[in-house]
Amino acid sequence: MQDQPSVDELLRTVATFLRERAAPALDGRDGFHARVMANVIDIARRQIALGPAADDAEHERLRALLHTDGDLQSLNRLLCERIRTGELGPGAAGLADHLWQTTLDKLAIDQPGYVAGRAAAGGS
Amino acid sequence: MSPAAESIMAESLLCALRERFDGAAGLEGLRRLSGGASQETWSFDLLTPSGDQPLILRRTPPGADARTTDTAGVEVEAALMERAAIAGVPVPAVRMVLEPRHALGKGFVMTRIPGETLGARIVRAPALAGARQGLARQCGAALAALHRMPAVGLPPLRSGTPAAELAHFERIHRSHGTVRPVFEFALRWLGRTVPADPPAPCLVHGDFRNGNLVVDAGGLAAVLDWELAHLGDPMEDLGWLCVNSWRFGHGELPVGGFGLREDLFEGYTAAGGCVDPGRVHWWEVMGTLKWGIMCETMVHAYLDGTERNPEFAAIGRRASETEIDLLRLLVPRPRP
Repeated sequence: MQDQPSVDELLRTVATFLRERAAPALDGRDGFHARVMANVIDIARRQIALGPAADDAEHERLRALLHTDGDLQSLNRLLCERIRTGELGPGAAGLADHLWQTTLDKLAIDQPGYVAGRAAAGGS
Repeated sequence: MSPAAESIMAESLLCALRERFDGAAGLEGLRRLSGGASQETWSFDLLTPSGDQPLILRRTPPGADARTTDTAGVEVEAALMERAAIAGVPVPAVRMVLEPRHALGKGFVMTRIPGETLGARIVRAPALAGARQGLARQCGAALAALHRMPAVGLPPLRSGTPAAELAHFERIHRSHGTVRPVFEFALRWLGRTVPADPPAPCLVHGDFRNGNLVVDAGGLAAVLDWELAHLGDPMEDLGWLCVNSWRFGHGELPVGGFGLREDLFEGYTAAGGCVDPGRVHWWEVMGTLKWGIMCETMVHAYLDGTERNPEFAAIGRRASETEIDLLRLLVPRPRP
């Protein structure tokens, strides 16, 4: 078992350093990139925290939607295939809900502040 | 770019500009504004006997190839801006086009128009509150003037009708091998509803959005970034301007986060244009998907090593924004 700090604390340390120390000390594009990199670290932290549960829920929905089993990647390929061929049309039961939920979960990791997502999720 | 390389570039640039500005004594405040490996934008002041000239250099550096075939190229961009100025579209004046003997790559130098270009500030800055009032109308008028530009005399441009643009971006998406059910859903909708080719293809700016506009207290001061210009459906420019990615958090104002569609359409119509709202909507969906695919392209360029700018890695995680925007457009959920 590893010791303290935890992975999340290590990453938070890097993000805080980049944002509060490195970015203000760097000029122009380097300063901007330091802030972008701090945001990237925060995406990684959220994926570590939220990704496994989101993937499990997505996997579960895909099995139900496609009536078949497989790993997450291959089920997503199959879903793409069925949308492309029209086998799963815009009105197919559960499709729109699945796409919304999956995208909201991705956005909670990638860009939790994105306004369209907040508005679409009912202001939560 | 290393400080040494930058100082060599400054030297070459001063040499080149002396052909155009007699007695130019030096460059001041040279700084890189934006761009990737294939496209650079630099800002500087040229010291001349008649005063400081605020200028911008746009160039593809020597040895760099344009990243995609979508770009018209910097020389074409300069030619289009000169034409657009004659047609009454607000654009910076092109002051000099680079030649091979200048050893600066391909590109041109234009005037630096004072004003705000950052989208986030344009939608928020209190000083621009008055400017925002009329901005959507002004954008409509500028687009109408641009779309009326006679095709005769334009530099050679690629053609991009609705069906061809859709096929083009679908091909790019497939080449990435990304598994994205929402993009698949959008491709299917776009394919089912694709509008017919426009009866008379016209000049399309291709990147007319908040972020490529200079805005001052009087509103629209200049339209920048003509590198994606092509011949096609004029409604493409109106739809692209409404894509949520350029609203900078002001989703309730569909035109660039600063105005209403009604104002954009009114400005366009008053200046002699003819709006087809159904086509504009199709292009807004197409534009949203296109930006998502462009994010994928930037990530690919980063992952395969052609592009080292770290922003290109970060932008991969912006594609999910376009997915939620596509769902909002195609299968909206009632808001509580």
